[in-house]
Amino acid sequence: MTELSVAGISKRFAGVRALNDVTLEFPSGAVTALMGENGAGKSTLIKIINGDYLPDEGQVVLDGRPLGLHSPADARQAGIRVIPQEPEIVPHVSVAENVYLGALPRKAGRALDRATLNRRVRADLERLGFERVIRPETLGSHLTPAQRQLVEILRALTTDAKVIAFDEPTSSLSENEVEALFTLIRRLREDGLAVIYVSHRMQEIFQLADHIAVLRDGGLVGVRDAADTDENDIVRMMVGRDLSSMFAREHSATGKVVLEVDEVTTDDVHDISLTVHAGEVVALAGLVGAGRSELAGALVGDLPIRSGEVKVEGKRVRLRQPRDAVRAGMGYAPEERKAQALLLERTVRDNTSLVVLDRLRRFRFVRRGEERRLTREFVDRLNVRTPSIEHEVRKLSGGNQQKVVLARWLARKPKVLILDEPTRGIDVGA
Amino acid sequence: MTTATREPVDTPPKEPAPRRILTTVGPQNVSLIGALVVVVAIFSWLNSGYFTWDNIQVIGEAATVAGLLAVVQTVVIICGAMDISVGSQTGVASVVSAMAFTSTGHNPLLGMAAAIGLGVVIGILNGLIIVYGRVNPVIATLAGLAAYKGVAQLISGGRAQGFVLGDDLFIFIARGRIAGIPVQVVILILVAIAVHLMLKYTDIGRNIYAIGGNDTAARLAGININKYLIAVYALAGIVSAFAGIVLTARTGSGQPTSGSEGLELQSITAAALGGCALKGGKGGIGGTLLAVLLLGALNNGLNVVGVNTFWQNVAQGALLVVAVIIQQRRSGERAVGLPT
Repeated sequence: MTELSVAGISKRFAGVRALNDVTLEFPSGAVTALMGENGAGKSTLIKIINGDYLPDEGQVVLDGRPLGLHSPADARQAGIRVIPQEPEIVPHVSVAENVYLGALPRKAGRALDRATLNRRVRADLERLGFERVIRPETLGSHLTPAQRQLVEILRALTTDAKVIAFDEPTSSLSENEVEALFTLIRRLREDGLAVIYVSHRMQEIFQLADHIAVLRDGGLVGVRDAADTDENDIVRMMVGRDLSSMFAREHSATGKVVLEVDEVTTDDVHDISLTVHAGEVVALAGLVGAGRSELAGALVGDLPIRSGEVKVEGKRVRLRQPRDAVRAGMGYAPEERKAQALLLERTVRDNTSLVVLDRLRRFRFVRRGEERRLTREFVDRLNVRTPSIEHEVRKLSGGNQQKVVLARWLARKPKVLILDEPTRGIDVGA
Repeated sequence: MTTATREPVDTPPKEPAPRRILTTVGPQNVSLIGALVVVVAIFSWLNSGYFTWDNIQVIGEAATVAGLLAVVQTVVIICGAMDISVGSQTGVASVVSAMAFTSTGHNPLLGMAAAIGLGVVIGILNGLIIVYGRVNPVIATLAGLAAYKGVAQLISGGRAQGFVLGDDLFIFIARGRIAGIPVQVVILILVAIAVHLMLKYTDIGRNIYAIGGNDTAARLAGININKYLIAVYALAGIVSAFAGIVLTARTGSGQPTSGSEGLELQSITAAALGGCALKGGKGGIGGTLLAVLLLGALNNGLNVVGVNTFWQNVAQGALLVVAVIIQQRRSGERAVGLPT
């Protein structure tokens, strides 16, 4: 029996088509993966299911009954829960209180019945097999990202959810945590829930999903049973062309040393040394928490370096603040582009020219013609899909926003460009 | 990067002419102009003396002091901060300009220079407290509101100081006309133009918008946020000093509190009404000036038809709340809990 389905869903934003006549079923007792490049419409579809957006056309149907979802509260009422990437957790209260937020058990008067509360949560955890992963008494502020998601899932289960959707749940989890989450998701499936799983990580999809639905440019390309397909097939569906061209990569190391990192120690990483040549791409691999972002942050002057030194083109640079790194010729596209890089309410032009204003000015006045020319050049080079360079950045899709951040730094022609998780929330095609 | 299979970008959409005018002027400004027309129409109908050149000059002069503060408040708010102490700073500047004028043997330039110098010092002090003391701007300048008012009362003994209207320069500011326009209003216009050019056309202005829009992004882009914040508060100090000098000229003597109390409210109301987002990163001088004009026309009209000043205070408060509500609605702020 089909629990949840969407029928003929279409949605447009300011004339841009985000979803076009998508019809899809999410059977209960199964994991349905939702895949697609950025801007394909995955997030929009999830938001419609969650009641964040009203579809222009089409319906969300649960148990054969069309739902009019006007808010996430409506979706919850109907038994649909979307687990966000970063669940909202109240920091100064316990896990148990976080789970039953808004429905806390009370004693006479209005006093909190903490004993009952903790007993309930402990029972919930045992039922799910997570009694060793998280304790009901732990404070919200002490939770790891995986535990925060677990709290959100517990919230969903205590309200009798029938459908649980995960929107890229593993992006901030370490390997062990991912394993734990998968165990949980499999258990949810056995309990007969419909699970919707949005992710970019191909391996995860094949570990978990029963069905794989692929979206491209707002339309449904097709649904496959995970057993009958493979990665190449899915990627082909996602990008509409073959994979091989995408991994072709030029090696153009010219040999000149640009960046030398010598025994750098910060609060989070110890004795890191590495050398980067011009034209070279160096990948910093490591699990979440291994210190990748922390090293990147130190190299761009955002986090203090305790000992060791950094040289750019043989010259030692002192990195006390980001300004020093920018001056030394380093560019940085941070992990959280919205929070750390973009001026969402300003135009593509404002965002691109931000770090080159000092080169564009004459007597402190910005040369507007030159600014527009430069912006157009990089918007074209990076194929930023925007109606115009005067378009507000918040109206662009995630992938195009990331391209704006790249355009900004490329316009400055940095010697070293540091990208922290550049593909987060973006897909293979970009 | 794959470059082959993408459609061309950046073809500006063709908009019909009225739409284009609306987007250039801004919907906020269009509604302000509409409101201004309505206010003028109502009061002209109630009193035939309202919409005359004489009364328009009166409106302009009355709005100058608050207008100057509104202009600089706009810059502070775009930066994502706020300055509640501008009224008290104006009081200090007024007293100092008159007392320095008297004690330097009636030298008006020295009097004004002393006021402006002290304005810079107070502004930098505000900035330092906020940036290095890590005090929330509203709290820091709320403290300033009380403390600087106290300073003005201390140095003046709580009384009006000096008499400046024996001096040509002060008389010129108080009563002069340039091309038929009151000198005070000319001062406001010049300051507004200078600040507008800075905000709109220089890298300084761009960086101020960037700091208010996303301070992390601004920092990572290499902008020295601390320097900018302190400089913006120093600018607030300077312009408050201008307002204090104008106040001295208007009243003929240095006023520790009268004429400057409540100006912080008026300046914030004008900035909010003019389209500044109180969380920063958005707004402009054009909107603020229109709002100053609207508030001036409204105050004058209420006086002309003889509405009690107490009611005017109520109207002022209500207007600020309404302006912010409209703004939040427009920005699609989530309707839950404490607003950001």
